[in-house]
Amino acid sequence: MAGKKTLTFALMDAPYESARTTTAFRLMDIAARRGYDIRVFAYEGAVCVPFAQQTAHPNALHGRDAEEENHPLPKDWVAALMTEAESNGGSVDWVNCGLCVDERGVADAIEGVRRGTPGDLWSMAGESDNTLIMGTR
Amino acid sequence: MSKYLLIESRDPYESGDVGHYFDLAEGLARGGDDVTLFLVQNGVLPARRGARSDGLDAAIKAGIEILADDFSLRERAIGASDLRAGVKSSPLDAVVDGLADGAKTIWH
Repeated sequence: MAGKKTLTFALMDAPYESARTTTAFRLMDIAARRGYDIRVFAYEGAVCVPFAQQTAHPNALHGRDAEEENHPLPKDWVAALMTEAESNGGSVDWVNCGLCVDERGVADAIEGVRRGTPGDLWSMAGESDNTLIMGTR
Repeated sequence: MSKYLLIESRDPYESGDVGHYFDLAEGLARGGDDVTLFLVQNGVLPARRGARSDGLDAAIKAGIEILADDFSLRERAIGASDLRAGVKSSPLDAVVDGLADGAKTIWH
């Protein structure tokens, strides 16, 4: 198991909806800390995870402003994952399914995210040591 | 012999599919494959001592290594001493280890 590995993850869940998103980021964080090369194919709702226009918000019900609320933004998790991987000699290649992006109007993704097709998942899987598909169903 | 890492994230008391997944794990093990079953999220619920799960019982009897995500256990206030025999608390690193080691890894 020694040496640098390349792992592909396919994500399907929209942010804020499932514990699978949290678990996926926990797994990818472990891989990033090991300096692995990480490939991500996001499709369906998961293309919203790196959406650049996510914004922190206050919570009037709890009487907290945006800073106090400290609302987690998944786009920041993606950026942090990229930074963590790079700082350990690894990388993150995040591909959003283009059709899924267009359907949802979320083309404005953070820097480092690129548009692709399911063919990219096929290529990523072929180039990786292993692939984990985390489907919604 | 193949090496399998089967990840179960669902609550067996909510999804009937979980029983079939445990059956798959047991069948692979009885067929001679090296199988690890990793429980995560609500999938850790049948790991509690006293919880009823015929499928998990059968998987344990088949000699499958069964790991339960320590974070998911903590989230649900399930301590290591609360686990049934045959299930061990484990960090999520075990899944990345399995992936890196080339295990055939399936998420459910």
